[in-house]
Amino acid sequence: MKLHTILPAGLILSSLLFAGCSEKESADPAAGEAKTGTAAANTDTSAQSAGTDAAASQTADFSAAVESYRIFAVEQCDEFVKQTEKFTEAVKAGKLEEAKALYAPARSYYERIEPIAEALGNLDPDIDARVNDVDAAEWRGFHRIEKGLWEDKSTKGQEAFADRLLQDAQLLRAKVETVDIDASLMVTGAVELLNEVSSSKVTGEEELYSHTDLYDFAANVEGAAKIYEILKHDLAKKDPDLEKQIGERFDALKKELDAYKKGDGYVSYTELKEDEVRKLSQNLDALAEPLSNMGTLLGV
Amino acid sequence: MSNREHEETKDSSILKKPLSRRDLLRLAGTGGLGLMIGGAGIGSLFAAKERKTAAAVAGQPDTGDRIPFYGKHQAGIITPSQNFIYFAAFDVTTTEAKELKKLFQAWTAAAAAMTEGSMLGEESANHNLPPVDTGESAGLSPSRLTLTFGAGPSLFDSRFGLASKRPANFSDLPAFNGDQLDARWCGGDLAVQACADDLQVAFHAIRNLARIARGTAVLRWTQEGFQRTGSADSAGGTPRNLLGFKDGTANPDTASSEQMNRVVWAPAEGGAAWMAGGSYMAVRRIRMRIEVWDRSSLKDQEETFGRYRASGAPLGGQHEFDKVDLTAKGPDGSPAIPANSHMALARGDGSVQILRRSYSYSGGMDAKTGQLDAGLLFICFQRDLQKQFIPLQQKLAKSDRLNEYIQHVGSAVFACFPGASSGGYIGETLL
Repeated sequence: MKLHTILPAGLILSSLLFAGCSEKESADPAAGEAKTGTAAANTDTSAQSAGTDAAASQTADFSAAVESYRIFAVEQCDEFVKQTEKFTEAVKAGKLEEAKALYAPARSYYERIEPIAEALGNLDPDIDARVNDVDAAEWRGFHRIEKGLWEDKSTKGQEAFADRLLQDAQLLRAKVETVDIDASLMVTGAVELLNEVSSSKVTGEEELYSHTDLYDFAANVEGAAKIYEILKHDLAKKDPDLEKQIGERFDALKKELDAYKKGDGYVSYTELKEDEVRKLSQNLDALAEPLSNMGTLLGV
Repeated sequence: MSNREHEETKDSSILKKPLSRRDLLRLAGTGGLGLMIGGAGIGSLFAAKERKTAAAVAGQPDTGDRIPFYGKHQAGIITPSQNFIYFAAFDVTTTEAKELKKLFQAWTAAAAAMTEGSMLGEESANHNLPPVDTGESAGLSPSRLTLTFGAGPSLFDSRFGLASKRPANFSDLPAFNGDQLDARWCGGDLAVQACADDLQVAFHAIRNLARIARGTAVLRWTQEGFQRTGSADSAGGTPRNLLGFKDGTANPDTASSEQMNRVVWAPAEGGAAWMAGGSYMAVRRIRMRIEVWDRSSLKDQEETFGRYRASGAPLGGQHEFDKVDLTAKGPDGSPAIPANSHMALARGDGSVQILRRSYSYSGGMDAKTGQLDAGLLFICFQRDLQKQFIPLQQKLAKSDRLNEYIQHVGSAVFACFPGASSGGYIGETLL
């Protein structure tokens, strides 16, 4: 992905590196940024980055689009921290059922902006690694707690992971300000969100213990849809057929997902029949194909 | 070569610029068609030229590895078998007949380009877009690629207003004795048979057609197949199946237009008018019980087929193409060729013929048993399923000795369209 993070000015970051997370994992990403960040300590993250290839090749002015996506990402992060706090409090209070109920909804805020998080150093694995994604000793985050709640059927022993998760969520919130978003990131991010669905959610591999994969599925699709919504006006000017086709296929996929809604969320992945999974996957591919051509916006 | 069957088309392209994949997608998707096509045919948009022109443009000598896509009949039916097949059945997901038509048009344009060995679309300078062609056939010869398209009985339901065009008696095959069909390898609204002397070329074709279809049609099932390659058997003898016997000895002569008209091509009169010049295809995925077969004696094997394994000659005969005499008696007074042998039953009185165009397949290992999942992707073409494949298979299913060693696990039939001419599209007589 073409983006880089910029060392934030001021104390936002350091204020979040409070006592509890003074270990080196937390400090590492910041060190990484110092290397990859541009010389200028630029806090104006909404500005088009001057140095990137993508920016240089852009023919249109996407600053308004980028700004509205930045606002969206920050909103999602704010809510993510709030909901994660509720979840982790329930875990720490030993309220098993409450924690299980809060798990998937909290994750949705993260899943909507996952490409942003993935751009931020080690944060994605810290928050979202699955059991074999990282060395056992380093495994923490949502899925570590998920295993405790659903497989071990207990909150016991999860307290420390809960604390770390909340800290990582807060760190994400702080760092999201520093992501240098441009139209290229938005376009590739939309496709990446759908690729996420394709590779782990639609197969039921993301939520191995809770089987809440459809929450993530829906959130990834919503995240991609948000980007499309922001860019569709420009896209319609450049290629109205493509714009229309993407819109129709988002509608088709959302309609199909709606059939699996239950209460405020979605049915368990285990309730899906084989042919239903296949159909979801094929509808996703049908959408991702034209969506991958949204880059036509960015000129030649 | 069967190329004489494919009338060389005279269309000279107006637009040299190939369609981009996005254009193709658009053809298959919403709107845009009328504007893009204007007065020109879609075929010409893809710069589909006659063979010589195409070879010249590609800057390569015409080495006989291109089989023209356009012609009176579709290629891949009486075309001499290539080394590999990649067969794909699709289900149509759109409910709009006009979207289906656009898919046929987009597939035609892509098929014409790929059978010429051309890449789809042009190299894009926009690094923000995925490449138009998936790329794995870049620099490869077309390898005698043929793409053959057909419609399954399910396409003629109420979705597209085609019910009245369903050819009489064209429906899923009846249940045969011993069928053990698995839905994983059955049916399909549409079929694409990709055959080529290079498996990567065949795979590339199906992959790109599936990509173009996204949003309009989805893969239902696929099967790869192979036979001995031309380089392994330069003499071009009858290929052997995985049971070790020559298979296809009794095929009709594809060089005889009289025989092809009698056996393969759907007639202009007395059938569905839109199928005139097309052919009906039966596909059966037939698993072979390899391990059991390998434990049976040579005598048993030869009596099962009715032929000698080494020479392929009918039992009692000397050479592969010796005249078959089903009345000949062996030394013990019983028929030399057992009446329930595969060959005796398949041959019958010789009045029912089909054009077989099968490939062997390997589906890897059966995880349940640890045995090989391998067999025959049986494919045959005929002018009338009811009078040809169905009675033949009913007879075989009932008494064939071979049934002890095989299992029919997949089944489908397709009405393969007549050929298209440059500027037209596959299926245009239907939609």
